[in-house]
Amino acid sequence: MKYQVVIGLEVHTQLTTNTKIFCGCSTRFGAEPNSQTCPVCLGFPGALPVLNKKVVEYAIRAGLATNCSITKRNVFARKNYFYPDLPKGYQISQFDLPICQHGHLDIDIEGETRRIGITRIHMEEDAGKLVHADIPGVDDSCVDLNRACTPLLEIVSEPDMRSPDEAIAYLKKLHQIVMYLGICDGNLEEGSFRCDANVSLMPVGSSTFGTRAELKNINSFKFIKQAIEYEMERQAEILDEGGRIIQETRLFDPNTGTTRSMRGKEEAHDYRYFPDPDLVPIIISDEWIEEARGTLPELPEAKRARFMTDLALPEYDAEVLVASRELAQYFEDTFTLFPQAKTVSNWVMGEVTRALNDDGRSISDCPVTPALLADLLKLMEKGTISGKIAKTVFDEMYKSGKAPEKIVEEKGLVQVSDTGAIEAMIDEVLEKNPGQVAEYRGGKETLFGFFVGQVMRASKGKANPALVNEMLLKKLNG
Amino acid sequence: MKITRAEVEHVAKLARLDLSDPELDTLTVQMDSILTYVEKLNALDTDGIVPTSHAVPMENAFRPDERKDSIGVEAALANAPQRAESFFRVPKVIE
Repeated sequence: MKYQVVIGLEVHTQLTTNTKIFCGCSTRFGAEPNSQTCPVCLGFPGALPVLNKKVVEYAIRAGLATNCSITKRNVFARKNYFYPDLPKGYQISQFDLPICQHGHLDIDIEGETRRIGITRIHMEEDAGKLVHADIPGVDDSCVDLNRACTPLLEIVSEPDMRSPDEAIAYLKKLHQIVMYLGICDGNLEEGSFRCDANVSLMPVGSSTFGTRAELKNINSFKFIKQAIEYEMERQAEILDEGGRIIQETRLFDPNTGTTRSMRGKEEAHDYRYFPDPDLVPIIISDEWIEEARGTLPELPEAKRARFMTDLALPEYDAEVLVASRELAQYFEDTFTLFPQAKTVSNWVMGEVTRALNDDGRSISDCPVTPALLADLLKLMEKGTISGKIAKTVFDEMYKSGKAPEKIVEEKGLVQVSDTGAIEAMIDEVLEKNPGQVAEYRGGKETLFGFFVGQVMRASKGKANPALVNEMLLKKLNG
Repeated sequence: MKITRAEVEHVAKLARLDLSDPELDTLTVQMDSILTYVEKLNALDTDGIVPTSHAVPMENAFRPDERKDSIGVEAALANAPQRAESFFRVPKVIE
């Protein structure tokens, strides 16, 4: 039988606040185990949690950027379960009144727009980390509570995705948005952006969803695709043999590319939520929402559209440039100083990106600042240097951080536009290649490029190419 | 009956309480009488009243996103039944 896959995603984004959601402990990653803890996040009896205001602000931003409505009256609830990484025996989360609801994101799939619903976004605290530490003589599990009480937003989509590619497109878009908002560092490996996927199959043409499996522990876009694809195969096989899918949590194993049942966690999905009496309700006024709206940056979708309409950039360029807020900013800063969008775009997508990729740097620590790049492009525009030389100068700027004028001067790279000098070089080239000259004059005009190349080489790339072309043509034809 | 013995057993299991048969019998009767008593509230007309989540009329208690010193690894682990280096040590968790 042919099956249609149905995918819903739950994303946990860790917020980039300085402190935890209910106490003043640091949220820095990689500190000594349990060094960033206090009575509140350790769950000591009598310790009182107090909400970090920034978490609410970030949640409102996330909601506005994903077209959600913001809930006016918010209540935190206790989600009760026992697990060694959860010191209080409950997780403080939101239940029936999440801060954001009924949103959506539009994704592009093969030129078509698909709208993916966002059911809800809620605020909650993270649990600690269970590790199997490499300590001689210790075969037990170890608990690090540094992460306990770190603020999270759980973003739950509708089961609206119908292929692994749609799931990835949705995730990448969401990832891009939380990074643009500056509320999450987006680091998948460190667990700042974690994804659980609910996957089920139904016969093609059906509208009744099948039983789903929840896939956990997937920390890269590549793995998410792999996990969903594996799960589709697994479920199809069971259904083909007349079997039934069990609703369960399955762990993805990146080493084998497969998923396996986590029966241990299956017992009792009975969380007995109730309002947390330690935390008073949060009332969000219209003014607060408007204030948050004012802090929203231009989002990638709007930026892309503006780059295409106002700056007349091709869709491809616009898409590449808005990939990250930093890259878009770099482009715009350069464009402000050198207002030729396509030229700047070519350089940013070309030389700049290539150089950064080569040594694994990010755009924010690119040694060639937008001001330096703009200076270089101006030199090229004025004809001081040729396009070819500009690339050499760029590499040198990237290495040394020096100003382009200085490099041009030091290395004597100024473009030669002196007609006398160029004429001398042309004469020399023609003299050295009498055979080719005769052929060219005999009608083999494709040889023209050869002569240009020879002259450029003689000038070490410094001759003004337009002048070389013009004068060569005269000489050869005249 | 407002609650069955099986429900009491289930709730006990969720709370990790290991109750004996006589205890389960006693608690079923007691919880049943508590629920019967609380059921009196159902006599009130609560149409149009927002569920009360908190008894204190207070809202929007926040703290700024400012760091405070943590208590340190030694203090954090002082009450731990077992530790391994800077970790809490717990029975092996198999996933």
